[in-house]
Amino acid sequence: MQSLADNLAHQPARGVRDRVLAQAPWGVALLVALVVHFVLGPVLGPYWSQVATQAAIAVMLAVSLNIVNGYTGQFSIGHAGFAAVGGFTGAAVSYYGALALWGGATKQEGFLVPGEWLMVGGSLLGAVLAAGLGYIVGLPALRLRGDYLAIVTLGFGEIVRVLLQISGPQLFEADDLRSSGFKQWFPPPLGGAQGFTGVPTYASLFWVGLFAALVCIVAYRIKFSSPGRALLSSREDEIAARAMGVNLARYKVRAFVLAAALAGLAGGLYAHTGVVMQPREAGFIKSFEIIIFVVLGGLGSISGVVLAAIGLTVLPEILRDPQRLIEAWGLLAAVGVLATVGGVAMRRSGSRWAPLAVGLGATALGLLAVALVASGANALMRSATGDPQANIGKYRMIFYSLMLIGAMLLRPQGLMGVREVWDHFRRARPAPGRPGGAAT
Amino acid sequence: MADFLQILVTAVAVGSLYALIALGYTMVYGILKFINFAHSDVFVLGAWTGFTASTLLISRFSISGPPPLWLGPLVLVTAMVVCGLVGFTIERLAYKPLRKAPRLNVLITAIGVSLLLQNVGQLQFPIAPDLALPFGASPKRMPELLPDAALLTMSFGDNQVVIGLVDVIIVVSAITLMLALEVLVYRTRLGAAMRAVSFNTDNAALMGIPVDRVISITFVTGAMLAAAAGFLYSMKYPGLNQPAHEVWVLLGLKAFVAAVVGGIGNVRGAVLGGFLIALIEFMGQFVWARTLDQWFSTSMAPTLRDVYVFAVLIIVLLVKPTGLLGTPIREKV
Repeated sequence: MQSLADNLAHQPARGVRDRVLAQAPWGVALLVALVVHFVLGPVLGPYWSQVATQAAIAVMLAVSLNIVNGYTGQFSIGHAGFAAVGGFTGAAVSYYGALALWGGATKQEGFLVPGEWLMVGGSLLGAVLAAGLGYIVGLPALRLRGDYLAIVTLGFGEIVRVLLQISGPQLFEADDLRSSGFKQWFPPPLGGAQGFTGVPTYASLFWVGLFAALVCIVAYRIKFSSPGRALLSSREDEIAARAMGVNLARYKVRAFVLAAALAGLAGGLYAHTGVVMQPREAGFIKSFEIIIFVVLGGLGSISGVVLAAIGLTVLPEILRDPQRLIEAWGLLAAVGVLATVGGVAMRRSGSRWAPLAVGLGATALGLLAVALVASGANALMRSATGDPQANIGKYRMIFYSLMLIGAMLLRPQGLMGVREVWDHFRRARPAPGRPGGAAT
Repeated sequence: MADFLQILVTAVAVGSLYALIALGYTMVYGILKFINFAHSDVFVLGAWTGFTASTLLISRFSISGPPPLWLGPLVLVTAMVVCGLVGFTIERLAYKPLRKAPRLNVLITAIGVSLLLQNVGQLQFPIAPDLALPFGASPKRMPELLPDAALLTMSFGDNQVVIGLVDVIIVVSAITLMLALEVLVYRTRLGAAMRAVSFNTDNAALMGIPVDRVISITFVTGAMLAAAAGFLYSMKYPGLNQPAHEVWVLLGLKAFVAAVVGGIGNVRGAVLGGFLIALIEFMGQFVWARTLDQWFSTSMAPTLRDVYVFAVLIIVLLVKPTGLLGTPIREKV
């Protein structure tokens, strides 16, 4: 709880200048998105850009689930269900909207074209729907003990999957849409078991970068706010929290609804990445993947969860092809060394950003080590089986599940615990500007 | 009328399987107070072990034509022993070190074990390379251990109700196992020890009950019941899906719902819940099937079965959270 104590020491913002500065993160998010889109995108090229897009969506899903599973200590295993609700809503709004408005769902070229705004609107509508469903699911379950939420959310995800499977066939032509009646819209034309295809790929690095940054900021600000402390306290000890006047049910339902909404948003963007939206997206396997990000990253740690989501999304891609391996190694090694050296230099000069830089560098080097070990094992398997296409990434779920069990046995709080990455690299003596700085 | 009775027969057969699986959930919950997510995977393992054992035996003894009668019971016992051992290992390695840990951690571990079983189950093990034996990513078909005979045929006008040999054997074996469990839990010293541990672990330990051993035995018993259910299920529905398939997960979930509806922690409640859930599932389908298909002009009724079950779960959780036969738990500080 070191970082909580730290933040209690922060003074709340006062005065006009402070109040303007307090809104700075939103600008930072926009800046990050622009940089990612216009600088990182061309550097990465189309393949890695697609991987980065998926990683950003994984970050959104993991960080939003972390609000329920990490902060409140509840256990939801239907997160993919909410993401699928948002995803299919976004897909339907974007696709049928484009058919109705422009007569076809081909992608409009350019930056911030009308189609992209339709995607944002559809995703937000998906978020609202997911939030509503989250309220309906969460209200009965959260009044009961934690295990029941797990089972009810698992059931919810499966119900969403079943309902999507029996949805009507997709309408492909603008004329079909115009002449469609009640029969075509009930059950809604979401593609049924074949899935929903042809959604224009508007989820560029700008939009996923922007929304991922926004989700992280929202999660961060909640964690270090008064309601956030209420959530964390209910996770530590429900009875003590109640004794302190925390309305457990209300906070839990709020956290659950917020997480569902953010998952719906992420799902809406996911539908626009060029994938075929399948009913399977709502199933438990997807939900378990998100849980693995959260548990391995650290229940409650935002940076830990972000790293786990990025790392575990990128790693299978790295393992697929040796050429990509070398590209990724180069990038990781460069980032790791630069950030570590920079961080040490910043520490010399007493900068408060030093722990962040050192943390980033150490993480990059750690990921490099993981990638090295994994690719070593991959090479070993290729030579043992004599199959040059053999890919150890196929067995990743076995390693993940072993890691899950191992983490619970050896480090039950997750790899990062509730702390952020940079908390681990803080100096023992008080850092300037942070009274009482954390002794970690 | 004939349709109704036919569906009733299926519902009773499937219900007895749900009850067998639900017993494992409820026994573990009664003692350790957590949902053993890996239980449904032990059930799947039972089905696949049954498949492996019967295929192996049939080929090694070069049995052709209808298999002899001793084969079925032998395969059943094999599946139960294998799953019992797996259950013992899981409990010792994954759950026992977490006895004092928060419940959330145990829950995550259980999910980890479940994922591990699902994914290891998809590997190709070189058990018998010539037979391309199991646990592959490909679905398999269970060899027929019983003749597909009708034991009893009743006619209602033009329609017939068929009670198959398989249905009868499933119900009889399941009820035998349930009675055996009933005797074990309520009539033996070991059962008394189980109930004592479930009631209050610390006091049971003070009274000289070897808590760890009792918990292990409970786990093994649950796993063996699940294995039996898995094998019996594969006799009724011979098409075996790969271990991580949604069909398996839904079956396990429904059995868990049965345990919750009956009152989790209560052995008789699990049996009641198992039959009840199967009845609701199949009767819901029976009543709604034609109506829904007429309304929507699609064939959506079969998939909607799962929705009824979860609707029942939510209603029960709202109205009587402890389940039908459950006793309220008082939260202590």
